[in-house]
Amino acid sequence: MDFGFTEEQRMVQEMAKSFAEKEIAPYVEQDEENHYYRREILSKMGEMGLLGWSMPEEYGGNGMGWMEAVTALYEIAKVHTSWRLSISGNCWGPAMTILEYGTDEQKKKFIPPLLSGEAVGSFAMTEANSGSDVGSMKMFAEDKGSHYVLNGSKMWISGGHTSDIGLVYVCTEEGGGPKGLSCFIIDYNNTEGIERIPINKKVGMWSAPTSELVFENAQVPKENLLGPVNKGFPICMWMLNNTRMGCATGAAALSAAALEGSVAYANERTQFGQPIGKFQLVQAQIAEMKLEDDAALQLVYRAAWLKQNKMPSQQQTSMAKLYSCKAAVNAANIAMKVYGSYGYSDEYPCGRWLRDAKQFETLEGTSNIHTTIVAGIELGYQPNR
Amino acid sequence: MNIVVLLKQTFDTEAKIVISGGKVDPTGVTLVINPYDEFAIEEALTLKEAQGEGSEITVVTAGGDVAEQALRTALAMGCDKSILVSDEALDGADEWAAAEAVAAALKDVEYDIIFAGRIAVDDASGQVAVRVAEALGIPSVSSILKFETDGTVATVTREIDGGNEIIEVPLPAMLTAQKGLNEPRLPNMMGIMKAKSKPLEKKDLAAVGKAAGDVAAKFVIDSVSLPTPREAGTILKGEAAETAPELVRLLHEEAKVI
Ligand SMILES: Cc1cc2nc3c(=O)[nH]c(=O)nc-3n(C[C@H](O)[C@H](O)[C@H](O)COP(=O)(O)OP(=O)(O)OC[C@H]3O[C@@H](n4cnc5c(N)ncnc54)[C@H](O)[C@@H]3O)c2cc1C
Repeated sequence: MDFGFTEEQRMVQEMAKSFAEKEIAPYVEQDEENHYYRREILSKMGEMGLLGWSMPEEYGGNGMGWMEAVTALYEIAKVHTSWRLSISGNCWGPAMTILEYGTDEQKKKFIPPLLSGEAVGSFAMTEANSGSDVGSMKMFAEDKGSHYVLNGSKMWISGGHTSDIGLVYVCTEEGGGPKGLSCFIIDYNNTEGIERIPINKKVGMWSAPTSELVFENAQVPKENLLGPVNKGFPICMWMLNNTRMGCATGAAALSAAALEGSVAYANERTQFGQPIGKFQLVQAQIAEMKLEDDAALQLVYRAAWLKQNKMPSQQQTSMAKLYSCKAAVNAANIAMKVYGSYGYSDEYPCGRWLRDAKQFETLEGTSNIHTTIVAGIELGYQPNR
Repeated sequence: MNIVVLLKQTFDTEAKIVISGGKVDPTGVTLVINPYDEFAIEEALTLKEAQGEGSEITVVTAGGDVAEQALRTALAMGCDKSILVSDEALDGADEWAAAEAVAAALKDVEYDIIFAGRIAVDDASGQVAVRVAEALGIPSVSSILKFETDGTVATVTREIDGGNEIIEVPLPAMLTAQKGLNEPRLPNMMGIMKAKSKPLEKKDLAAVGKAAGDVAAKFVIDSVSLPTPREAGTILKGEAAETAPELVRLLHEEAKVI
């Protein structure tokens, strides 16, 4: 057992923190206000090697693994939650899944631009009528011999309209349910028949674009099928077990940001002639945040450690995601109270924390779904993968 | 070119300073590379990149074992080798003693140019680099804002009262960096990975040819105190035009500055 950082991990943390302070922090307020996705931040992340986790150097990987990745993502998400998505969207989503299931050609063509930040990545399962029940998706790919023709639409896709390379899960066997899904790599800039519609009004995550994708007779070459036909469901579950770490880590970071902000505020703000932190009720709020924040982070690190060591991690990942999301929402909620009326003003980040925290409970598996996974594995209904 | 950078590990500039037992208490404080030394590292890296193959940067520091962290960070930024002079006898070293130890370590190092920070943000004495230059018998220019070299002479710019001064100095020379010289880079992930396999040589005083007695501090610190906390300012509420007379009155009668 070791609760300390290695020398590299310490440097990664220091570097990611400085990166976030220098390259992200100066734009948070203005980009939130304008709902703006600052594309160049992704390029800079790529340049610094912040997108290449657990990936071989020959494809542009940075030679580091899960522990370092969550350490870096945490520092970035603490400054601006929207930017936590880029590591899932580029690395853990498409790049890592292509590395696991792709052909040599697919790896060589699609992974390097995703890791260098030259391309924006995405992954798409959700449809208007298919969310938690992934196997019920309706978007269809018809086999035309030399290529597939895709018809249907995807909803709530992170980076959908900014993406250059993305994975799209579709039905290839009508009525097949989870056994009839396949995964395709979409080269968005070179595929006709895809309309990408930004979802401009959403509760939070204002600097991370979300989109609806409409496919109308979109031709996708055969060589862009990822893995075997009709084996998309297990690929999707494998991918989600990785990308969920982005949610878990991002949520733990948000709770830490809300805690740090609240501590600073409680030490500064005086009422009744003393800092509000001296009141026991405020102390109880700080203690509650600290306890949940710390527990969340430990769960995140444990799940990352299991992945790093190639051990079963699905239950631990679900626990990390479930608990961190709870901690994030609670911390954002408490922060709003600690800051009083100032928390309700736009000048402080409490509103953003609360808005951004709420996403975590829904995407990449709702809290109910993760509760079901944790219990299902515990009760022996499914193995821990 | 053989480039040397002198580095000191200091408290994070945002650290809360606590004094206990007549000393600044390092407990729980984040340690960083002295910010001015980061300018020195960046200038060395830029020079090395301009020189191409065959150039090498050696970073040197005197400090406790924990200073290894600062050296590793410098290596991750792109420096090639490092030397840590670490010895119990250097605990409580003054500027003279630190300079003696560093200069002694440089006896075995080839150098065409040495960069250092203008001051260290902790003690702010600005002496060590200049003393090292003196001990090595090389010229030094402090607080440079611009640097160029043809390989034998360095042309540097420094700010002086009311203008700039351009100085030509023959190499080898010691140049200390002022804020504004450059924008230090962050180490990238690949640099961090490489840092662990780059040389970090630890030397005690004996290894650099000195005995404890050679570096006994020449001055004694009597006491250390925190600056008196600043009192909260006064904010005059209201429209500028309405509050201006009151502001003038306060500046005149209370602050007595006009
Ligand atoms: C900001 C944002 C970004 C997103 N990014 C992406 C993306 O990049 N790619 C992508 O594919 N999707 C994305 N999504 C979609 C997201 O993954 C889905 O919203 C999520 O899977 C839930 O699906 P749903 O919204 O259809 O809810 P539903 O599945 O309709 O669920 C509604 C409610 O019913 C509950 N429920 C459903 N089934 C069960 C059950 N079996 N047991 C108990 N309770 C249940 C849920 O917990 C929830 O409370 C994103 C969503 C948001 C908000």
